[in-house]
Amino acid sequence: MRGARFGSWLALALGVLYFLVPLISTLEFSMRMKRGEYSFEAYRVVLGDPRFQQSFLYSTTLALATIVIGVLLVLPTAYIIRLRLPKLRPIVEFITLLPLVVPAIVIVFGYLRIYNSSSFLPMTASARATDLLLTFGYVTLSLPYMYRAVDSGLRAIDVRTLTEAAESLGAGWPTILFRVILPNVRSAILSGAFLTFAIVIGEFVFASLLNRPAFGPYLQLVGANRAYEPAALAIIAFLVTWACMGLIQVFGRGTRASRPSL
Amino acid sequence: MRRSFPLAWLGLLPFLVFAILFLLLPTAYLVIGSIQDPAGNFTLGNIAQLFQPNILSAYWISIRISAASAIIGGLLGFLLAYAVVLGGLPAWIRPTLLTFSGVASNFAGIPLAFAFLATLGRTGLVTWLLFTYFGFNLYATGFNLLSFWGLTLTYLYFQIPLMVLILTPALDGLKKEWREASAILGASSWQYWRYIALPVLWPSILGTVLLLFANSFGAVATAYALTGSSLNIVTILLYAQIRGDVLHDPHLGYALALGMIVITGLSNGAYLWLRARSERWLR
Repeated sequence: MRGARFGSWLALALGVLYFLVPLISTLEFSMRMKRGEYSFEAYRVVLGDPRFQQSFLYSTTLALATIVIGVLLVLPTAYIIRLRLPKLRPIVEFITLLPLVVPAIVIVFGYLRIYNSSSFLPMTASARATDLLLTFGYVTLSLPYMYRAVDSGLRAIDVRTLTEAAESLGAGWPTILFRVILPNVRSAILSGAFLTFAIVIGEFVFASLLNRPAFGPYLQLVGANRAYEPAALAIIAFLVTWACMGLIQVFGRGTRASRPSL
Repeated sequence: MRRSFPLAWLGLLPFLVFAILFLLLPTAYLVIGSIQDPAGNFTLGNIAQLFQPNILSAYWISIRISAASAIIGGLLGFLLAYAVVLGGLPAWIRPTLLTFSGVASNFAGIPLAFAFLATLGRTGLVTWLLFTYFGFNLYATGFNLLSFWGLTLTYLYFQIPLMVLILTPALDGLKKEWREASAILGASSWQYWRYIALPVLWPSILGTVLLLFANSFGAVATAYALTGSSLNIVTILLYAQIRGDVLHDPHLGYALALGMIVITGLSNGAYLWLRARSERWLR
């Protein structure tokens, strides 16, 4: 038993080493911009770069749009499947898992072929239309995570009773869906939303191939041309990811605490 | 209730239309295009052309990198998950590791490439430390971050945490009673693992390794930021093909995409099947 515990510590130590060394190296590298001293110069340069601000704002906007569209699409679907059409569950679940099966680069390849400027739906003809196509692409990418988050949220509440109670009080379906069901699965939706945000904010392939000025292509550009700024950007990206995951935990815990009062 | 049935179908319509337009149709277009010649006639010629050395080697190196990072990541992830669930470590380590795994499994793409360049690149910290304090020149050994092992080592950064996240609940599912019952019947620790724990766990382990395989097979951004186009993996080749038709044959590009769908489809399909199997035991 003592040997087993030693093995566990060893595995953990190696894991910590492997996971922390790149972070420490990146942090150290990002602070080496001024010769002979450690400074936050690279961060100052990056954060002051107007293209950083524009592309970050652009990707943030797209991520928020992705979350809104994703919720509007997934919540009614998951609700109907759970309450009225459980027979269709395998089909809908299969569709929501497809974006894990078909690589993102293949999906965007299809978009470029189907929605080019001479097609029946020329969504790459103007910048605004391409933004919309990119957002839809991100909704597709986040579908597996969003659907699973919302569906597990619905599983945890009594959908049928809530619906019948609302119906007997005269509520129509928009009221039921958005004023009764939605507040009850809020934390599940938030965890799906933060995960979506973490995925969209640094996404590269879709944005690059659709030629939009998102954060991912900006990262690639800086990486190809600069020395210290990429390391600073990696640290920033890591903090953003950490914040998203932290918020998921905070809101996930919030539900458990508030459930008895429902 | 009967009245609401067509209404329910109507409610599914937005989702179905969306899925058809932005998921099924684009994929189907490529699949159909891959078995057509430019005039639109049926042909298997595009698929046959995939077997030229340059494309075959791209698939092969992608498969090797994905397999290596999936198997090594699976093994190390399993050991880590085992250590925190059953290894007798202090209780606070487990939530810390799981939170970190959630972050690291999503820390992929271009920033990950930057982090590894700062670590093991030619001017990276570890490269420098090894040289300054141990007199060990990493790059003189033939190591290169822009290579098979470099990319594999980088991919492990999101592969290991993903394995930890999926396997921790599976290890939790091993009931203490099974171990006690087998001990009472005189089984050794080895026999317990060989005849009880591993048969219950193997669908989860194998399934997750397949998921990891597909996960790195479809990855583009890390490899692109790390290697530019110097490493000929299939996603980089497809990226170049989409950008500039480097194969000089659009339909061959579709076939390239079809090959990727087949490979990730097979491994993910097997993962989903194995997951359904493992759920029988691990409730």
